[in-house]
Amino acid sequence: MKFERFGLGILKGMTVTVRHLWRHPTVNQYPEQRLNLSRRFRGNELTWDRGKCTGCATCAKSCPQGAIEIVTATNLADNKYEVEKYQVDTGYCIQCGLCVEACPYDAVFMGHAYERARYRRGELVQTNDMLLESPERPRSGYFHPEIAKSLPRQTLLVERIVEKR
Amino acid sequence: MAINDVIHHLPMTATPPDWPGGYWWHWLFFTVVLIGFVLAMVMGAIYIERRVLGRMQSRLGPNRTGPFGLLQVVADGIKLLLKENIVPSNADKVVHVLAPVVALVPAMMIFAVVPFQDGALLADLNIGILYIVAISSISTVGVFMAGWGSNSKYSLLGAMRNIAAVVSYEIPMVLAIVGVVLVAGSLSMNDIVLAQNIPFILLQPLGFLIFFTAGCAEINRSPFDLMEADSEIVAGFHTEYSGMRFVIFYMAEYTEAIAISAIITTLFLGGWRGPLLPPWLWFIIKVIIVFFLMVWTRTTLPRVRIDQLMALAWKFLLPLALVNLFITAVQVLVWPDGLPWLMVVINIAIMVILILIWSKLFKLGWGRVEV
Repeated sequence: MKFERFGLGILKGMTVTVRHLWRHPTVNQYPEQRLNLSRRFRGNELTWDRGKCTGCATCAKSCPQGAIEIVTATNLADNKYEVEKYQVDTGYCIQCGLCVEACPYDAVFMGHAYERARYRRGELVQTNDMLLESPERPRSGYFHPEIAKSLPRQTLLVERIVEKR
Repeated sequence: MAINDVIHHLPMTATPPDWPGGYWWHWLFFTVVLIGFVLAMVMGAIYIERRVLGRMQSRLGPNRTGPFGLLQVVADGIKLLLKENIVPSNADKVVHVLAPVVALVPAMMIFAVVPFQDGALLADLNIGILYIVAISSISTVGVFMAGWGSNSKYSLLGAMRNIAAVVSYEIPMVLAIVGVVLVAGSLSMNDIVLAQNIPFILLQPLGFLIFFTAGCAEINRSPFDLMEADSEIVAGFHTEYSGMRFVIFYMAEYTEAIAISAIITTLFLGGWRGPLLPPWLWFIIKVIIVFFLMVWTRTTLPRVRIDQLMALAWKFLLPLALVNLFITAVQVLVWPDGLPWLMVVINIAIMVILILIWSKLFKLGWGRVEV
């Protein structure tokens, strides 16, 4: 005789819920607590390295959205190209990472930041120095294992269940 | 005064008996206290429900507004107060506007006969529990007015489900009450509390289960909340309500939950009786415990279908309530002064056996086995 059909099933369910009452909730209080994201996170803040960039525009060609606009000029004195304008409309970016993979000189990286909300669409367009790496715009380890090693490990919500409060 | 014919004794009044105005001071004092009590308990209940529900589902619940999120209810209330009161253009305007009040007032009137202390109640009616049964059904009229007056199919569906549920569950609920009344030998709420040297949950365990289930179904609490099933019919009878009228419906819902908790406390848990602490505090603690039990079942159990709801009332609870009433009557007649603890053991055994038998016999339409 299975007693689950005779009211025992309800009691079993109720013990499950009451056990959750004493467990730490698996939530993240966002503005105060932040989780570490995956080290290979493809954030859509592209990080650009002005020194390594040769202005070849491979990234712009590989971008399926056409979000990257690059304007170069010839510097006759040094006999090389110079990047005049490197502009990414991150509103178009689909975080595919093709530009990072295509870049032959490792000058473009996916960003590791994720707080990307803006009030105007125009503010999503990032140009030249706005794209450089800074503490607010760290590089992600995507396609670059050597950067991934230096980033903190990802925190999982599951690990928070053991937390006491 | 005609009201004195109904009130058979007034052991505790708010003012000395020689004050001018007599009973009306008592009336004024308890009316103000009761409305304050109900509003405070409703706010507390909403807070408790949201927090406990959250914790049981591995969430935190509201914790931003004020310390521990205590002011969340206030914030919600202010937000809804400032919102527009929308009346659908095809609605029956008078009925639509009147419905929330008709739903709320009877729920609050229940507290008139609930004792907070020996004799500390607005009106110690000698037919107190009958008055509760009579008055609590009027809320349904408000719900149906909302369903009809909104002129919306979801509202009407929700209201009709509500009526079907209330009409069905009223019967096992009243039969469970009758068992208590037989043991206590009185219809007055105060006398029922005074009769409970042992809480009636021990003497009437089956009656308690029936009353709890039927009570939850009466006041639309999950798992029987299919009159406002948000995944099926938007919000049931209050689909078309917004602003302050929605607040009143929301309040009515929780007032009814607190009222059912208070009735269960009075009938089955010994009301205000308890050691050490003052009686009114015992009463509030017990009400909160019963309400917590309701929240607990709400988190755990999934919503039933309408045929399951009806089958549970008519095929499960009604026969069980009748058998329970019969057994109680026999016990009261044959062993009026039987050893109380022996009766407790016997009644719990009877409850277990009856529930096993009826679970075995319980079938939905066409004899399908799944419950």
